[in-house]
Amino acid sequence: MTAPAPVETLDLAARFPDWVTADARPGYSGWIVEKDKLPDFARALRDDLGYDYLSSVTGVDYLPEGKMEVVYHAYKTTGGPGVVFKVQVARQDPVEVPSLVSIYPGAEFQEREAWDLLGIKFTGHPDLRRILMWEDFAGHPLRKDWREPYFEEEFKPFKSRWPEGKFQMAEDKARLGDNLSFPAGFDPQKKTDFDPEKALYEALRQYQKTESGLETEHLLVNIGPHHPSTHGVFRVAVVLDGETVLSLKPVMGYLHRNHEKIGERNTFLMNMPYTDRLDYLTSMSNNFGYALAVEKLMGITPPERAEYIRVMMAELTRIANHVWAIGFLLNDLGAYFTPMLYAQEERELILDIFEAVSGSRMMCNYFRFGGVARDLPDGVLEKVRDLAFERLPRKVDELEALLADNEIIRSRGIGQGVLTAEDAIRYSAAGPLLRASGIPYDVRRAEPYSIYDRLEFDVACRPNGDIYDRMMIRFDEIRQSLRIIQQTVKQMPGGPIMAVKPAYQVRVPPGEAYGRVEGPKGELGFYIVSTGKSSPWRYHVRAPSFINLTAFGPMCVGQKIADLVAILGSIDIVLGECDR
Amino acid sequence: MSEMYGKGILKGLGVTLKRFWDTYWEDAIWLFRQVTRGERRYRSPEGIAHRASKNTRGIFTVQYPEEKLPVPEEFRFVPFLVYEEGPNGEKVMRCTSCGICSRVCPPQCIWIVRTTDPETGRPIPDPAEFYIDVDICMNCGLCAEFCPFDAIKMDHDYELASFGRSVYDKEKLAKPVAYYESIRPLNAARENAARAAKEAARFATSAKPEA
Amino acid sequence: MDTNELNAPGYEIPPEVQGQVAITTLDRIYNWGRRASVWPMMFGLACCAIEMICTAASRFDLARFGMEIMRPSPRQSDLMIVSGTVTKKMVPIIVRLYNQMPEPKYVLAMGACASGGGPFKEGYNVVSGIDKFIPVDVYVPGCPPTPQALLNGLMKIQEKISGEHWRTSRWYQKGGDQAEIPIPILGPDLIDPRKVEEYSRRLAESEA
Repeated sequence: MTAPAPVETLDLAARFPDWVTADARPGYSGWIVEKDKLPDFARALRDDLGYDYLSSVTGVDYLPEGKMEVVYHAYKTTGGPGVVFKVQVARQDPVEVPSLVSIYPGAEFQEREAWDLLGIKFTGHPDLRRILMWEDFAGHPLRKDWREPYFEEEFKPFKSRWPEGKFQMAEDKARLGDNLSFPAGFDPQKKTDFDPEKALYEALRQYQKTESGLETEHLLVNIGPHHPSTHGVFRVAVVLDGETVLSLKPVMGYLHRNHEKIGERNTFLMNMPYTDRLDYLTSMSNNFGYALAVEKLMGITPPERAEYIRVMMAELTRIANHVWAIGFLLNDLGAYFTPMLYAQEERELILDIFEAVSGSRMMCNYFRFGGVARDLPDGVLEKVRDLAFERLPRKVDELEALLADNEIIRSRGIGQGVLTAEDAIRYSAAGPLLRASGIPYDVRRAEPYSIYDRLEFDVACRPNGDIYDRMMIRFDEIRQSLRIIQQTVKQMPGGPIMAVKPAYQVRVPPGEAYGRVEGPKGELGFYIVSTGKSSPWRYHVRAPSFINLTAFGPMCVGQKIADLVAILGSIDIVLGECDR
Repeated sequence: MSEMYGKGILKGLGVTLKRFWDTYWEDAIWLFRQVTRGERRYRSPEGIAHRASKNTRGIFTVQYPEEKLPVPEEFRFVPFLVYEEGPNGEKVMRCTSCGICSRVCPPQCIWIVRTTDPETGRPIPDPAEFYIDVDICMNCGLCAEFCPFDAIKMDHDYELASFGRSVYDKEKLAKPVAYYESIRPLNAARENAARAAKEAARFATSAKPEA
Repeated sequence: MDTNELNAPGYEIPPEVQGQVAITTLDRIYNWGRRASVWPMMFGLACCAIEMICTAASRFDLARFGMEIMRPSPRQSDLMIVSGTVTKKMVPIIVRLYNQMPEPKYVLAMGACASGGGPFKEGYNVVSGIDKFIPVDVYVPGCPPTPQALLNGLMKIQEKISGEHWRTSRWYQKGGDQAEIPIPILGPDLIDPRKVEEYSRRLAESEA
């Protein structure tokens, strides 16, 4: 168990006077690093200061200032607050920033995403391809001067809706009659020989060829995006030698729904229901993270009762997610549907509570800035009590009895798909994936938010980092969540549920904020830049499903292809969050 | 694997066997209840409620369409507009076309045309046209939450499958206040009380100067 | 299936053989068989897929409709439930899957996104409804539709099947097998090969 580290005053500007200056913009914090010194700075930060965990990398397009900024959030896996550092470059092509993949390999996918969506070129990146869009796509959509075909206005609400809201479909208004646009001079009738896969296959073939034994023909296999065990529209391209994986590249973006671009047009409140659709299995947690980030900017804290309700809902979400994850991992291992159907019953009962509280089974949209949308209806607290004290502990034991000792699961799981503790940190793995590798890092303990500092619970941790441990740690976490829910039920205070008057237009002062919660899949962070307007200037989601996949390739190389599916199942990804 | 005895598998099979047994045991208990108390396991409210409670065992399935899982009061599907019956049976919309719902709507799926008086050119508090593109609507409920006139509410009717795309106009959206009060009794009572209190307060302040 | 529904030929059945013979029309028994064994494709896209799985799982149990056999292969499935947001990157794959399904095939657009673009419609990578590319039989509104709403939509599919006649059905006609839908191309944006001429015309118009 980690205790929060004592807060030390960290003056990086004094330590690295030639490299670093403090970010003095009002509402901002952190350090601005000289572009050329970034790798040296990051190495010193990791090796000398102990910030071994690079949580988030993202870019911001400051169009009026003519600047692009890359923002990094680094933490210590022993706990405590993090450090934010930034690199600023002029906004003319090419925008180049040195890559940090050699120091923090966990930055690999995040830098690719920043290249794809913002056009920031990371020099020295081993495999800088587009990640969410396809290779031939025109433009970098998150740049502020890039406009989509259905562009209507810079910010919502749109003027065309009221008071003269003549109904018109977006496709009827669009120039080409469809949601598409072509770059100037492009003739759709002429060039049609695009090959979106070429760059992928070239990157996939870059692997160490071993020279041992018989020479065999290596086979390229695509799994997904339509495949029952990829948990959605996820695709894995692998090169196989017999059944052994030699090289693996995850391909995503098949569910890239432009969450961030839409989020930067929405008002702050409008984003709340959109966050439900990130990791659609855990909407309450997503609400939590987003509400925390905006509340940080606004400088408000919700009342006691709202905090307790929030924590109770977030932990119920964790249980619902973990029973689902266990059920589907067993599906992937070949225990076709029986454990899943058992687990599903408990999830349905939890969803009933969400439905009664928020009105929807999955898309809860329950949190508001400064509280929650409505108080618990009559009878809900009793229902939670019944589940948390009676039914769920019994059922979790039953599910564990069904699975934990099963010889097939043990032999498929123990020692397979190992992620060592060092690698887990290096690849910025989060949540159960990190903790199953023996690192007791949990945001609820490392940097407590809401009322977690008052609640008693243990950080679940398992030492081996294999598939079996990743399954068992979910049982441990369900038990800890039950403990938390039991405490919230017992201590639930009365009083108001909103700190401020509910309003659909909130005033958010200019500045930046990074709110993070321990979601069921890992650290879920929201990076928000406000300019004081009704919509965020930059809205970025640090999605645990996405970043956990960075470790997927290294975990699978050398394993059998049948285990690849099990390893993916044990990471537990949701594509809505992975692709956003 | 060194410890491949099959004990763990047997233990797991014990769990499935218990659940299999539970199915019949539960049916036997309900048979007893039916004989003694007239309560039925299937196709009855008490049976459905039991299957959604902490004590549910055995068969968990709710057999839609013969049985329907009751939705809680807060349940939200697509929005609808509340109208009140006028003295001559005409529909009086609560909506004043103030436009708050269309401004708060996250995917911007609400279109409202405000009525203007043809003589004076001033707006009349009644929507001329009201459209909701149901195939954009995300059922988030923000419109209902922030409507100051309790005029737009979230429906409970989810059986909306159709053979074409759905864009609902004012006619299709309008539902009587009695329907609203039947699906959300607690909310409606609370809102009616608040409105009555407001009305009373206004009456009190307007009556004061005369006194 | 109610036997009365099947056994209502409109002919007088002598009382002595009632309950022993069934007289029905070919259409009726043909459609009865088909609608009680629709095999959906195990094909999930987004949030709605979770509700689709819930529909197939313990509480709502698709098996009661003869639909529990979800086939991952399009070659073995009759019904494609487009459950979630259709992105431009995914469209070529969906169209290919649709082409690979054998006749008779049905498509159910589940949820707002598949029906008309949904809340993400304005996004640059989102298609405004799958019906822009493949024919859709039933639309289920909701975001996401609850499992019961999806079941309601599946019953609509059954209703549609019941209304068909083997004599006039498309897949028994000569050359009635639908021509394959051309696969969209991922260029600088999603190019639908059927519409390139229209795009060129519109481009020229907007430049003029």
